[in-house]
Amino acid sequence: MILLRGRTVVGGRAEGEALVTQLTVPGWGGVNPIKGVITEMRHDLRGVSFAGKVLVFRGAKGSSGWSAMYHTARLAGTAPAALVFNEMTTKVALGAVVMRVPSVTGFDRDPLQVIETGDWVVVDGDCGTVEVHKNGSGRG
Amino acid sequence: MLTLTDDEKAMLDGQHGKARQKAMDLLVRYAEALGAERFVETKNVAGVPGSANAFLQNYYKDKGGAGGDAIFSHFDLDSDELVDAPQAVVHTCHLQGGADPLHWETLGVAAEVVRGHEAREAFAVGKGVQILKTCTPYLAGNVPAFGEHCAWMESSAVIYANSVLGARTNTEGRESTSAAMLTGKIPDWGLHRDEPRRGTHRVDVRVAVDSVLDWGMLGYYTGEAVQERIPVLAGVTTVPDIVRLKHFGAAASSSGGVEMYHIAGVTPEAPDVATAFGGDAPLEVFAYGAAERRRVYEALNANASDPDVDFVMLGCPHAALEQLREAASILDGRRISGNTRLWIFTSRAVRDEADRAGYTAAIAAAGGVVMTDTCSAFAQAVPAGTKVAALDSAKQAHYLPAILGVQAWFGTTRDCIEAAVTGRWKGEAPS
Repeated sequence: MILLRGRTVVGGRAEGEALVTQLTVPGWGGVNPIKGVITEMRHDLRGVSFAGKVLVFRGAKGSSGWSAMYHTARLAGTAPAALVFNEMTTKVALGAVVMRVPSVTGFDRDPLQVIETGDWVVVDGDCGTVEVHKNGSGRG
Repeated sequence: MLTLTDDEKAMLDGQHGKARQKAMDLLVRYAEALGAERFVETKNVAGVPGSANAFLQNYYKDKGGAGGDAIFSHFDLDSDELVDAPQAVVHTCHLQGGADPLHWETLGVAAEVVRGHEAREAFAVGKGVQILKTCTPYLAGNVPAFGEHCAWMESSAVIYANSVLGARTNTEGRESTSAAMLTGKIPDWGLHRDEPRRGTHRVDVRVAVDSVLDWGMLGYYTGEAVQERIPVLAGVTTVPDIVRLKHFGAAASSSGGVEMYHIAGVTPEAPDVATAFGGDAPLEVFAYGAAERRRVYEALNANASDPDVDFVMLGCPHAALEQLREAASILDGRRISGNTRLWIFTSRAVRDEADRAGYTAAIAAAGGVVMTDTCSAFAQAVPAGTKVAALDSAKQAHYLPAILGVQAWFGTTRDCIEAAVTGRWKGEAPS
């Protein structure tokens, strides 16, 4: 198990399978919140569902509709279980708040270098920590 | 650690009513997520208070109420409790909406959906919100002053306000703008402060950048290069006009997350390159030359192969008056192809001016339609059966294929209007 220490963005605790992208994640116009998938052309997560996953990403980009899209995803039941990201912006901060999912940033080690898609990840938003279990070990 | 003033505490304690309490609660959660230490006061808000798409209307109808107060409470303020929304306490304008109130049938929007938009517009009017219904409030009467703290949505308007006008706003969202409208507060973070407004990356422009197309491509390149950081353009030899700056910023905020840029010798916080960086060295330097320009052009045309164009869309961001004049001039005495539709989007304010100038009528005489409030990407509306679109906006070319699955050609305004007249795409990469 690998432990990453960061800071609280939104409190609470959740765990799930990691979905990792080195890219920034689009909002309005690049995501279908009803289906819970990225739709942006040329994005490495295009067509991939983030519902219930621990989304590990660089940060948010694009439209000011970011928060409204992921807020809608929460209502539609397709939101990620937790957010782990590097770059703080108003888009991702507000999006995390209205998604109401545990969220952590500002890590002592780059989560994009440590976590791979499929790892099992436990996010403790209250303590600002992220446990990484490689290759799905520690699941459930 | 977030510190609240006495009036902010009073709002949070409910002394100014339930709705302001919920608004302040949301702003506190948001400020803490950001790591902000305090709020700034704002008297200029641009958002979409109370609006709702079909999903939200149905969702809240099923939960027991999709009236204005329900949508505003639960979605805008992220409140589980239903509260009565009071009047806006500061100048607040409504950005783009879902349908043109005159041409909604052409747009393909159902009558019941239009009635829903009318009801939500009436709700916003009732709260003292100005209905600009545009992504370009700065072309429709809301022009913030240098240094003014704002709380704006709409990435293309945010980047314009920060970079061209020297106003101060982060890219706010639906919920934070509606909360700011009721409180006059927004977190003092990011672009409200001096240091984060300084340049971080330099883009050396090594090719002539003249046309609106050129500026759109340079913006698209810049956004991909710097993502959400702050570029300083060096080597720009001509002063771009409002239309060029509008297209540059819209592109940079779509391909990346750019919220502010500097053009040395042009924009107000960049009298020269060194000042724009605040004395620091750039973290990275990019060069934009003919090869980079070619790659941007190819990327923006990457999903188009069929030269038979069904649909030409102009006005992203919403057309300025001079762009409607240009379209009317190119169309003068001609008719668009029977196989092609031409829609040009603008604000209500600019269409009123275009009506008086005769541009709307000239475009209509050629078979085109000038519409307001929305655009194809926002309304998710193209003419029935559209497979191939032609666009003069890098932003729209970025979004429309992803949203509606159509092919999109990207070129000059003239390329697009010629395609509308002939039904064929003949645009060529700039040489």
